[in-house]
Amino acid sequence: MPKLTIDGIEIEVDNGLTVLQACEQIGIEIPRFCYHERLTVAGNCRMCLVEMERAPKPVASCAMPVGEGMVITTNSPAVKKMRQGVMELLLINHPLDCPICDQGGECDLQDQAVGYGMDRSRFMENKRSVKNKTFGPLIKAMMTRCIHCTRCVRFSSEIAGVPEMGTTGRGEHMEVGTYIKKALTSELSGNMIDLCPVGALTSNPYAFDTRPWELKKTESVDVMDAVGSAIRVDTKGGEVMRILPRLNEDVNEEWVSDKTRFACDGLKSQRLDSPYVRRNGKLIKTSWNDAFAAISEKIKGIDGSRFASITGDLACAESMTALKDLTASIGSTKIDCRQDGTKLDNRNRAGYVFNTTISGIENSDACLIIGANIRREAPIVNARLRKRYLTGGFEAGMIGEKVDLTFSCENLGSGTDTLCEIADGKHKFAKVLKKAKKPMLILGQGALTRPDGSAVLAMARAIAEKYGMITDDWNGFNVLHTAAARVGGLDLGITCEGGVASIVDECSAGKIDVIYLLGADEIDTNKLGKAFVIYQGHHGDAGAHRADVILPGAAYTEKNATYVNTEGRVQKTQLAVFPVGEAREDWTIIRALSDVLGHKLPYDTLLEVRSRMVEINAVFKSDDQATGGVWGKFGTKGELESSAFVSPILNFHMTDPISRSSETMAQCTEALFDEGKRNIGTNG
Amino acid sequence: MSSDSSKAMQPETFEFSAKNQKKFNTIFAKYPKGREASAMMPLLDLAQRQHDGWLPRAAMDHIADILNLAPIRVYEVATFYTMYNLAPVGKNHIQVCTNLPCWLRGSDKIMSVCKEKLGIELGDTTNDGKFTLSEVECLCACVNAPMMQINDDFYEDLDEDSTVAILESIKSGVKPTPGPQNSRKGGEPEGGAKTLRDSKEAN
Amino acid sequence: MLKDSDRIFQNIYGFKGSGLKTAKSIGDWKNTKKYIAKGRDWIVDEIKNSGLRGRGGAGFSTGMKWSFMPKETGGRPVYLTINADEGEPGTCKDREILRNEPHKLIEGALLAAAAVGACAAYIYVRGEFFREGEVLQRAIDEAYAAGLIGKNSCGSGIDFDVHMQMGAGAYICGEESALIESLEGKPGQPRLKPPFPANVGLYGCPTTVNNVESIAVVPTILRRGAKWFSSFGRENNLGTKLFCISGHVNNPCIVEETMGITMRDLIDTHAGGVRGGWDNLLAVIPGGASVPMMPKNLCEEAIMDYDGLREHGSGLGTGAVMVMDRSTDLIKAIARLSKFYAHESCGQCTPCREGTGWMSRMMERMVTGDMAIDEIDMLQDVTKQIEGHTICALGDAAAWPIQGLIRHFRPEIERRINDRASRLSGQAA
Repeated sequence: MPKLTIDGIEIEVDNGLTVLQACEQIGIEIPRFCYHERLTVAGNCRMCLVEMERAPKPVASCAMPVGEGMVITTNSPAVKKMRQGVMELLLINHPLDCPICDQGGECDLQDQAVGYGMDRSRFMENKRSVKNKTFGPLIKAMMTRCIHCTRCVRFSSEIAGVPEMGTTGRGEHMEVGTYIKKALTSELSGNMIDLCPVGALTSNPYAFDTRPWELKKTESVDVMDAVGSAIRVDTKGGEVMRILPRLNEDVNEEWVSDKTRFACDGLKSQRLDSPYVRRNGKLIKTSWNDAFAAISEKIKGIDGSRFASITGDLACAESMTALKDLTASIGSTKIDCRQDGTKLDNRNRAGYVFNTTISGIENSDACLIIGANIRREAPIVNARLRKRYLTGGFEAGMIGEKVDLTFSCENLGSGTDTLCEIADGKHKFAKVLKKAKKPMLILGQGALTRPDGSAVLAMARAIAEKYGMITDDWNGFNVLHTAAARVGGLDLGITCEGGVASIVDECSAGKIDVIYLLGADEIDTNKLGKAFVIYQGHHGDAGAHRADVILPGAAYTEKNATYVNTEGRVQKTQLAVFPVGEAREDWTIIRALSDVLGHKLPYDTLLEVRSRMVEINAVFKSDDQATGGVWGKFGTKGELESSAFVSPILNFHMTDPISRSSETMAQCTEALFDEGKRNIGTNG
Repeated sequence: MSSDSSKAMQPETFEFSAKNQKKFNTIFAKYPKGREASAMMPLLDLAQRQHDGWLPRAAMDHIADILNLAPIRVYEVATFYTMYNLAPVGKNHIQVCTNLPCWLRGSDKIMSVCKEKLGIELGDTTNDGKFTLSEVECLCACVNAPMMQINDDFYEDLDEDSTVAILESIKSGVKPTPGPQNSRKGGEPEGGAKTLRDSKEAN
Repeated sequence: MLKDSDRIFQNIYGFKGSGLKTAKSIGDWKNTKKYIAKGRDWIVDEIKNSGLRGRGGAGFSTGMKWSFMPKETGGRPVYLTINADEGEPGTCKDREILRNEPHKLIEGALLAAAAVGACAAYIYVRGEFFREGEVLQRAIDEAYAAGLIGKNSCGSGIDFDVHMQMGAGAYICGEESALIESLEGKPGQPRLKPPFPANVGLYGCPTTVNNVESIAVVPTILRRGAKWFSSFGRENNLGTKLFCISGHVNNPCIVEETMGITMRDLIDTHAGGVRGGWDNLLAVIPGGASVPMMPKNLCEEAIMDYDGLREHGSGLGTGAVMVMDRSTDLIKAIARLSKFYAHESCGQCTPCREGTGWMSRMMERMVTGDMAIDEIDMLQDVTKQIEGHTICALGDAAAWPIQGLIRHFRPEIERRINDRASRLSGQAA
């Protein structure tokens, strides 16, 4: 623990810290542009220069490790002059286009120019201009504004693991970019916008929309995948303007995937803003009363076994609870949340969540990935795996498609044959797992949605148990979900014998007369036979097209709702804007309908619904905690098919009704397709 | 150097010739295992020499493949160093040093003679593709200034006449003798060395 | 004048050819094994005692630098890298060593490797020295064939490899950490220090980076003794050194002389004097482009060593003496150097990337007098904003020549500005 003196204050800090970090500990602000705590130190902006006793020159505090007896000065006239000097040099070639720059109001350069710069420039020459670049549909580049801090370059090589950005040329002609014209292929590229301290990289879809001070900021949780990244929803009037990451060290650190960030324009199109009823084959706009009456007509007196419900991938726990109770009140047990046909069951929570937790990945030393293209299914989890890989002493192998996960991960084989070899200890990777102190496995839906999914699940459990993945203080068994609603659904017991497939089959066979789709768009709606379809949701997607009655619900930004992420972490979204038009928060719709049907559900407020959730499963009491489960039996031993595991996600950018409605996501799909096949999703 | 402008003449693919591939072993043998990226500059040079003195993008991508690096890592290097030409250059790349020691001894004149004789401006290539004229930073032959480099050779102690003679010679297809164009051999003073005239074993 | 017999570089003009036979005839590779056998500490001490200071420009004690190399490396190999990326305007000494005395360099490399425990040397030769590289590679091949390097080099029991790597046109690769980056196949962007190359250098291993001349003189120093070498020059400024005399002299040349020779002696004795006589002298840049210029009055008595030139606000640098007579447009001369630094800035850190271009443009305007008088002070202030604030010393090198010009020739600058102003107002009237 070295002792040093900063501006006359003596301080003892941990070894290995930098002078800049030591300064921060005692509340001394050091201006910086290139330094970022999650990236390697570049030391190139020189804004953080401080004086160090006995050093011949000022030192870059971001790069200087603390040492015993150091005497640092950060508040002398000389340091002030240095900062002014660097500030002036940064600005001489920076365009004075703040009024038309989207970074305005949240620009480090602007802020620090005010704080540390001079009030005028002495630069009389022509400013440099840089030929602009295109990085695809997401990032708007204005490279004349670039101050060459290389944060984006370091992010792409270090965090994203897709090294596409670099510095070309040299001297004052050095340029940051991709050199060749191309769309960035990282699923995390949008984070560069946040990292860019100036307006060189800004959000393309958000261009010229609003100024930051006009925005209302609401803290919420993402539902574009099952990670549940912490987000901030920025709104203006009734419109979601943009979505930004929010710090959550346990889940997403400070990153979000491009889908999380950019699919939000999908909230503005294809919206269901009013109830509809199908009359003479056409969906007609109608009133709530009318829609409820149409439903009531079909349901009143129905035999419970001829009614079924399917909950979708974006459904919140509140609405699922309400629908579960409603379905039961009609006398049906046929309700299921597993649209993708995953063979997970809810007998044992440890058997369907990501027990290790996302941050727990950092403690692991070996990882077996089974049937998951993590980069496409959960880019944030993938980034954490890469982070773990970069610190060394981590071996990973995958069974499934040959994909580039951005970290060294050997493809061990394509399907169950390899899985068996590992289970039998015959595969060389078995040695890796045996040797590892904290081995983990990640089981993807690509391995679980197959007919033999339950057998694969049992096999994975056997592997976990055989290779020491389950100990008192370590659970290395992990299921990776792709749907934000799935763990919540399983926690609420939204499953029935035969699952969604059997419900759909019964519809086909005419055994079900009325089916309630709660945002269920991923099933084959052509197979619903003659069943009367109630669709409740927020987008005019597959389910709505087949619907006989449409009940307009709220998207995740429009309600206070509970989602449980793949780790089993119970998290809540917050209402940022009101639902569009006639649309309502989802549980209230079901509650209102229940009244009309004469099965009035026993809750009137959000709090009451949430108590009901806790009644069903006590995990809903835990807030923001990843609570796994007690290890036990799950999965069913059985015949395995030898076919290869295939990831359920083919196109990262379009996986749900919101992203499918997003113009931006459509552009991404197109841009990456143009890039050539090898750049779709991942480089195979 | 740093712009990706020469799209028109970019070939689709690039392969090292069999002869050059044989040199790989010698090149890679220099570096420890796992440090193959060190071969980047030798490979870029090899590719450029094979491809008429300039580096097409296909060659950079190919080298990225060989070294198992992202292409951007190769672009960064290729655009950083001045000796990599990212657009075609003439068969004879005339690089006149204009830095201080050469300028003090008349590099302005050498440059204007070159322009005049070749009928091109700085940075241009003659229509027949034979000559490209460039300005170059100090080549460290300062006691033999002014000087110019033509492809791999230095031509030193130039004056207007000797510069003309060199260009004429190249035009006529005869490679002029490199080195000082006056009576000197190397770094000794003109008129003969004053020291080391009879040097023996001094150690 | 230094006696011929005291000159280390007996073949610096290349009269004898560059082969191994020649090298041996002038004493290279004689008893190399014996000196290796004396052990690393002996070599380091001998070099320390000789007073040899790095000949690449910074002038840090070579023996001291070697003594910083860790003996315990935790299994990591140690590397010697030799900086043959000569590029400092005015300097052309390493080129002569490479093409005329390559064996001195290779032998020196072996001895230096023995001193720091290096398993291999990488000699980084600037790309433009293509022919020099050919000569050096031939010499390396000869040395391997003769068993002088490679397995059991010179029968010493040491396995030592010498590799040559060619640069590709970047002055900045003469900075030691940029050179290492370049060797690793990256753009030559200097690294942050600490860590220093002695701990984390090439491939993350302990590395010492030495200039060609520093290494090439090592064999002779060891053979003739530290005492002999330190008998030349003044305290703290010992030994002999290659000087390059260019510009407005009658006979520009390279010559090995004793440190501490006076500038006038050097120019008059070896370079045939200033063109048009000593009185025609205007100024001298005594140590390569990076050091501030000295006007004639300071040159009279100037002593050519580290301290002697520092006393006059300049430096010995690489020992490259650029002489400018009274016909010289000094502003234009410095403007040309400014353009050079702007061209060679790696672009990594703010002050150098932005500042070198700014200074260069101001200097361009200064050449024609197209600036205001108070811009002189502003320019001076900008040089101070760059100096000392950059990752490497290129920022300093770009600042000093301008500072030297302003310090010594401010009246000339003002005259130029005023002349232009009155010319313009004359036209207006």
